[in-house]
Amino acid sequence: MTRLDVRKTYKLFIGGAFPRSESGRTYVIARNGTFVANAARASRKDVRDAVRAARTAQPSWAAATAYNRGQVIYRVAEMLEARRDQFISEVAGAEGLDHRDASSNVDAAIDRWVWYAGWTDKIAQVAGNLNPVAGPYFNLSGPEPTGVVGALAPQQSSLLGFIDVVAPIIVTGNSVVAVASQDRPLAAVMLAEVLATSDIPPGVVNILTGHIDELAPVIASHQDVNAIDLTGYAGQDTTELEVAAAGNLKRVLPAPATEASHVALPDGPRRILAFCETKTVWHPKGW
Amino acid sequence: MDSEKATRPSGHGPQPEATVPDMITPTWDYAPAPEARDVIDLGRDWRMFIGGDFVEAAAGDRFPSVNPATEEVLAEVPLATEVDVDRAVAAATSALPTWQATPGHERGKYLYRIARLLQERAREFAVLETLDNGKPIRETRDVDIPLAAAHFFYHAGWADKLDWAGMGPSPRPIGVAGQIIPWNFPLLMLSWKIAPALACGNTVVIKPAETTPLTALLFAEVCQQADLPAGVVNIVTGAGQTGSAIVDHPGVDKIAFTGSTAVGKGIQRAVAGSGKRVTLELGGKAANIIFDDAAIDQAVEGIVDGIFFNQGHVCCAGSRLLIQENVHDLVVDKLTTRLATLKVGDPLDKNTDLGAINSAVQLERIRSLTDTGETEGADRWELDCELPERGFWFRPTVFTNVAVNARIAREEIFGPVLSVMTFRTPQEAIAKANNTPYGLSAGIWTEKGSRILKVADQLRAGVVWANTFNRFDPTSPFGGYKESGFGREGGRHGLSAYLQPSQSAHPEQPERSAAPEAQA
Repeated sequence: MTRLDVRKTYKLFIGGAFPRSESGRTYVIARNGTFVANAARASRKDVRDAVRAARTAQPSWAAATAYNRGQVIYRVAEMLEARRDQFISEVAGAEGLDHRDASSNVDAAIDRWVWYAGWTDKIAQVAGNLNPVAGPYFNLSGPEPTGVVGALAPQQSSLLGFIDVVAPIIVTGNSVVAVASQDRPLAAVMLAEVLATSDIPPGVVNILTGHIDELAPVIASHQDVNAIDLTGYAGQDTTELEVAAAGNLKRVLPAPATEASHVALPDGPRRILAFCETKTVWHPKGW
Repeated sequence: MDSEKATRPSGHGPQPEATVPDMITPTWDYAPAPEARDVIDLGRDWRMFIGGDFVEAAAGDRFPSVNPATEEVLAEVPLATEVDVDRAVAAATSALPTWQATPGHERGKYLYRIARLLQERAREFAVLETLDNGKPIRETRDVDIPLAAAHFFYHAGWADKLDWAGMGPSPRPIGVAGQIIPWNFPLLMLSWKIAPALACGNTVVIKPAETTPLTALLFAEVCQQADLPAGVVNIVTGAGQTGSAIVDHPGVDKIAFTGSTAVGKGIQRAVAGSGKRVTLELGGKAANIIFDDAAIDQAVEGIVDGIFFNQGHVCCAGSRLLIQENVHDLVVDKLTTRLATLKVGDPLDKNTDLGAINSAVQLERIRSLTDTGETEGADRWELDCELPERGFWFRPTVFTNVAVNARIAREEIFGPVLSVMTFRTPQEAIAKANNTPYGLSAGIWTEKGSRILKVADQLRAGVVWANTFNRFDPTSPFGGYKESGFGREGGRHGLSAYLQPSQSAHPEQPERSAAPEAQA
C-alpha cells in the first residue's frame, strides 16, 4: 500500500507567527486545472495586523548594527540553500520551468540574499558623504530607513521576484508587509518558513497571500505605512494607488512597464535607496 | 629589573573626592579563571601553505615560536628562503587569472565562508593567539578574532560591488600582493591584508611575523576548509630575510606592509623604480589630548585603553598624554588610582588585563627606552605588582614631567609606557600633538562637540578618536599621515589599495600573462 503524503496548510506570516486569515477565507491554487493547495486570502484586517507587527519590529531592527543585519540576512541565504531542492520543485511547478531553469532561478534567489547582505554596511559608504559647506561646520549626509514599507511582489517570478522586492527593503532597517504573487504564492509562504528559522526578528518581514486588488488599496491608504513598492502591478495603471499613497505622502516605487527578468544581479542599490531617507547632520566647529 | 616601589607623581592639585572608608564590604581577590588550552593541538605538524599544499621549506630549516608568557617553545615552523618565496609567488601568479575572472559574487562567497569558519573556530584561534602572542585571552576572544571574522564578512560583501568602490566601472585587481604583517595583532592584521586583496581579485603571498606565525598557519586550514582555490592564499613563515625576498620578488605587483617606520622606508626604497604599488602602515606616537572640560573618569578609561590595551603593542596607541594644565594633577591622580587595579599576568586567565611582552627583543627595547626617561628627567610611576618568574614582562609605567624633546616623548616605545605632558590652550595642544614625524592617530577628550571637530581638523593624523580610543571596525578606514605610512585599510577607501581602473590609458601595471613568470 502506497503511503499517503501529508499536505501542508499554507498560511500567512505576521509578526513571526503563521496565522490563517482572520477572515477565514482561502482561495484555490491550481496548476493545469489540478488542485494544488488552498492559500489564505488575507483581508483588510490582516493588512492592519501585519502593519502593526511591522511597526513594532522596525525600530529595533533599524537600531541593530549594520554588521548584525548583514549577518542575519546572510543567514537567510544559508537557510535557503539548505532547502534548495524544495524550492526548485516549487518554482518549477508554479512557474512551469524545467529543472535546469528552476535551479538557476533558485540559485539566483539564494545569491540575491548574499548580495543584499553585503549592502547593509556599505550603502551608507556609497550613498552618504561629508558635505564641504562654506562655513565652520561639520556636515554629513547618510541614508536611514524610512520605516514600514508595503510591497506588492511580482506576479510571475514567485520566489526570486519576491526576494528582489523584499530583501532591499529590509537592508537598511525597514520592515515590510509584502503581498505575494496572487496565483503563485506558495514559494513566498515557504520562504516565510525559511525566514522564521533564520534570525530575522519577528515582524520585520510579514507576508500576505490573497487578491492583490483587494489588498493593495488597503496598504496604499494605510496611514502608518511609509512607502509602497508597486512592482506587482507591472504594466498596469496604478494611478488610484498612487493617489491613495499621497494621503500620508508615502514614498512610491512605481511599477515597471513589464516584469523584469530577474536572474541577473540588480544594476545597483536603487531599490535600497528607494526606501531610504537622507539625513543631514550639521555641527559647528570651533574652540 | 626596576626595583623601585611605585611612587605617586609629585604635585598635589585638587584632591579627588574623599573616599569613605568601607568597613562592611570586604574586598576579594580574583580567583584564577584560566581558559582551557586543550582546544588547540600544538603537536600538529606546522607547515607553510603554498599552492594549496602544506609544505616544508625547501632547505628544510625550521625556527621555534615561543610563548612569551612562559618562554615555552610552542612549535617549530618552516623558515622560508628565497626559493620558497619564489614558489609561493609562482603559485599566486598561476592562480591569479582564474581568481580574477571568478565573478565577484562567487569570490565573495568564499570570503563569507572564511568569515563563518573563523566565527565557528573562534575559541581555538583565540587560545592559540594568546599562547603565541602573550596578549590576554579576553582580548583575543573579544577583539582580535571577532574583528578578523568581521573583516572577512565586510569585504565579502564588496567582492560583487566593486563598481561602487569609487574607481569607476569594472575596476581590476592589481595582481599578486606580497603582504608582511607584524606580531601585535597576528590574525587581525592577516585579515586586514587578505580580505580586501581577495575581494578585489588579487592573489596573495603573506608572511606573518617570526614571533607569531601560528594563527596564520591555522588560518591556512580555514582556507582549505573553505575550498579556496589553490594558490589564491599562500603563507610563508620566516623573518626579515623572508620578507625581503617577497619585497624584492619581480613577480609581486603590490606590497602591503605593517610594521616599523624604519622597515617601511626600506621597502619604499627597495621597490623604487619597479612599478610595484605599495601601502605602508607604520609606527605612531599618538597624542591623547585631555581638555579640562572632559568627563575625567571616562577620559581615564580612555587613557588606559589607549596605552595599556594589548600591552601598548599598538601602532596607534595613545602613548603621549597631553593634559590641560589645570586638570593635570587630577587626571594623573585618578589615572594612577585606576591603574592600580590592573591585573598583569597569565594571559590565559580571563581576568587578566595585561599579558606578556611579545619577545625578549621587544622587552629590551622597552627597558632601554624607559631608562632614558629617567635619565632625561621625567618622573616614573609604575604599577606595584608581582610578575611571573618566567616570560617577558613589563609593569605598566607612567612618566610625568616629560620634556617634549625627551626620547620617551618622541620615539615609539611600543609597550605599556605612557608619557604625560601638559598644555594650556587648544593651539598649544595641537602644536604639541603634531610635533612628531608620525601621524597615525590621535585622541580628543572634551564635552564640547565644536572643539572636537575644530581640533580634529587640525590634527595631522589618519584616525582621530573623540571621547573614545582604539576603536576599530572593518568599515572604517585606518592608516597614517606623514611617516606613519600611506594607504588605508578598511572601509571603501581601503579597496583602492588593491584595485586599479578598468580602462587606463597608462596602465599602472603591464597586463599579466597567464603563465607563471619571473622565476628568480
